[in-house]
Amino acid sequence: MATFKEFRNKVKPNWCPGCGDFSVLAAMQRAFANQGLEPEDVVLVSGIGCSGRISGYLNSYGFHGIHGRALPIAQGLKLANRDLTVVAAGGDGDGFAIGMSHTIHAIRRNVDLTYIVMDNQVYGLTKGQTSPRSEMGFKTKSTPKGSIESSIAPLEMALTAGAGFVAQGFSSDLKQLTRLIEAGLTHKGFSLINVFSPCVTYNKINTYDWFKENLVNLDKEEGYNPSNRMMAMQKLMESDGLVTGLIYQNKERKSYEELIPGFDETPLAKQDLRLDRSAFEELVAEFA
Amino acid sequence: MVKQLSWKVGGQQGEGIDSTGEIFSTALNRLGYHLYGYRHFSSRIKGGHSNTKIRISIRPIRAVSDDLDVLVAFDQETIDLNAHELHSGGVILADAKFKPNLPEGVTARLFSVPFTKIAQGVGLAQMKNMVAVGASSAILGLPLQSFQGVIEEKFARKGQQVVDKNMQAIQEGADYIHAETGGPLEGLQLEPSDGKKRLYMIGNDAIALGAIAAGARLMAAYPITPSSEIMEYLIKRLSSFGGTVVQTEDEIAAISMVLGANYGGVRALTASAGPGLSLMTEAIGLSGMTETPAVIVDTQRGGPSTGLPTKQEQSDLNAMVYSTHGEIPKIVIAPSTAEECFYDTIQAFNLADKYQCPVIILSDLALSLGKQTVEPLDYDRIEIDRGKLITDSEGLKELENSELFKRYERTEDGISPRVQPGVKNGLHHVTGVEHDETGRPSENAVNRKKMVEKRLRKLAQGIDFKDPIYLDDRHEEPDLLIVGINSTRGVIQEGLERLEKEGMKVNHLHLRQLLPFPTEAVRPHVEKASKVIVVENNATGQLTDMIKLHVGMGEKIFHVGKYDGNPFLPSEVYNQCKELLVHGHV
Repeated sequence: MATFKEFRNKVKPNWCPGCGDFSVLAAMQRAFANQGLEPEDVVLVSGIGCSGRISGYLNSYGFHGIHGRALPIAQGLKLANRDLTVVAAGGDGDGFAIGMSHTIHAIRRNVDLTYIVMDNQVYGLTKGQTSPRSEMGFKTKSTPKGSIESSIAPLEMALTAGAGFVAQGFSSDLKQLTRLIEAGLTHKGFSLINVFSPCVTYNKINTYDWFKENLVNLDKEEGYNPSNRMMAMQKLMESDGLVTGLIYQNKERKSYEELIPGFDETPLAKQDLRLDRSAFEELVAEFA
Repeated sequence: MVKQLSWKVGGQQGEGIDSTGEIFSTALNRLGYHLYGYRHFSSRIKGGHSNTKIRISIRPIRAVSDDLDVLVAFDQETIDLNAHELHSGGVILADAKFKPNLPEGVTARLFSVPFTKIAQGVGLAQMKNMVAVGASSAILGLPLQSFQGVIEEKFARKGQQVVDKNMQAIQEGADYIHAETGGPLEGLQLEPSDGKKRLYMIGNDAIALGAIAAGARLMAAYPITPSSEIMEYLIKRLSSFGGTVVQTEDEIAAISMVLGANYGGVRALTASAGPGLSLMTEAIGLSGMTETPAVIVDTQRGGPSTGLPTKQEQSDLNAMVYSTHGEIPKIVIAPSTAEECFYDTIQAFNLADKYQCPVIILSDLALSLGKQTVEPLDYDRIEIDRGKLITDSEGLKELENSELFKRYERTEDGISPRVQPGVKNGLHHVTGVEHDETGRPSENAVNRKKMVEKRLRKLAQGIDFKDPIYLDDRHEEPDLLIVGINSTRGVIQEGLERLEKEGMKVNHLHLRQLLPFPTEAVRPHVEKASKVIVVENNATGQLTDMIKLHVGMGEKIFHVGKYDGNPFLPSEVYNQCKELLVHGHV
């Protein structure tokens, strides 16, 4: 069985010192090891941006695609080989701006994969512009007088889109984050894990200290029931989304793969492609 | 008796025009006639004039005809819009219900047949379509029993009584005509066919069937005219083979899913038309950069933008060949018959796996939706070649110390071994960023240059595509070479035959591979022709320019374009070519 160290490679991340993404990577490595996975069992599909580079820093299979499209690539991959553990990862720009429609439709479709959003409420790699997660009034290069667009509420949105698994972590709490990723990996269906992963260079508002002051940990909240969708929604609205922990999980909902008629347990990638003659003749007969 | 004729049925969209044509043509196909059917339809569901024109012949044909022999009309609008196509010996079979009349100047014979009334007598007004089928058969002298099997298949699940009533409607339609004419009409009676078993299918069905035969098990697509039939066919059939079709949120998701699936080791495809292909462009670049196979079908329609969604055009050639930023290896092939759609789709998957690059199957509306006779498809011609794909760890070197497999190894032919994820000792990274041999990002200038050259080397020596051109090479020194692409194959053939009858020496070349451009295959035929005409459904001469660019000799290459949304007619090809040969200009 692989240890979390075996999910490390020797590439030095080009993230700034103190970047929240380091913890996300570490939590992933621990979660994979804890789940008894081997590096070849895992494919990390990532988007574009600082966070998108993560697939190059994990010792596993990795696919670093184009901006905003990690989810459709990951879904195609999972349908091709349902034996693989497929994880998609990217930033808030990737998932909630350019790739927003894929996020909503991946939630609806419910292919069994885990999506980790490294949410820093700003665009880092392009050197500091506003993000759909930036608060109103947030000043950046692209919004010198402050953002005049409202911030998206990704978790409320996910709930309304029918998500079966919604969680939120914080880079400072590696233990909880690891546990949430593990829960996402074992959930049968699409899991959305939003992670507050502070940008120490371009976001001077939503800092580690700011999060520590404002986040409510649901794990410690007595009476919170993550199988209650209404309660989940209420909690998110009350707290302006500033919670961590497992927010909602529906264990009953079937995954997309389970609902495809005739979809075999044997992955498509391992099946024999050849048609036998009689099957071919039968297909052709339709046009006679 | 005649060797070929044209029959058309028209009425309001949604009135059963398609199924009338369907039943009539299926029976004719089973009798052994060669057919070509073309639907005229609008971008709406119900209402609006719609018609299906079917060419019937005792020898192969792949074009709509200039004129018309029989017009079946369910409303006056059909007569008003189509009667001008009828030649003087033609007939109109019109429903007596709407009191049909002949427009001024039309000399065709009008039969006012009580379609609806006869159908009501049999039991149901909707069966007026069957009455029309029977009446048509009587005019053409077709045996009515040839409809028995077709009707049984179509209505079997509704019970024997429905089958019998439909047959009765056909019989009474025929009887009515017999009573009027005393038998088949001179000049409209078809010569007997050879009775051979053949298939009758649209290009889109042939592409979809080819995909299953090639082993494709996943399709991701967004519905769009005129490509949706491909996904509809696969939705119907793919589940029997363990596969599935995902209807995605947009075409970007579709192509991205296809890349994910192909990366995962499954043969996957998407299909769309111009607007969808425009959206897919960035991901096609990713396919080229990451060397991930992908098969993409572009069924061209009238552009630009939304353009003419339900009309014929061939104006995506430049976009398919040149789009995507940066420089990638890419293959574009262009079948010109439904039969080629089948075999070329199989080849497309082999090419994608072999060269690890995007392969675009270029079609056009007339090829994708035009229904044509196809010789029986040959199971033994189905070959599957996965190229350098590695599906298990046997023979792979043990990876130590987070070392990676050289997925992008710089080989002599530029093609690297490709391990599908899940395989031990095959770990590697895939990225659209420039990368080294293991897939790790690299901005190193030396590496960059080597990797660009490695990718381009894959196609530099040409590709292993069986028939880059179709050739009707009749003359050593032709007066004229006519060049076309996609659906114009049949219409050029007919234009050519008319010119030949007048003593002109004409060859015909059809491009079946567009990228890499098959210069060596095309050049000798351009060289030996006095003049070259490129017939294409666009305004700017995209194919003409490509030939001039690659082959040269531009001074004798002329463009004949049509961009009104309709396919070329044989007479148009004939007239334009003759104009050039006689007057020296088009």
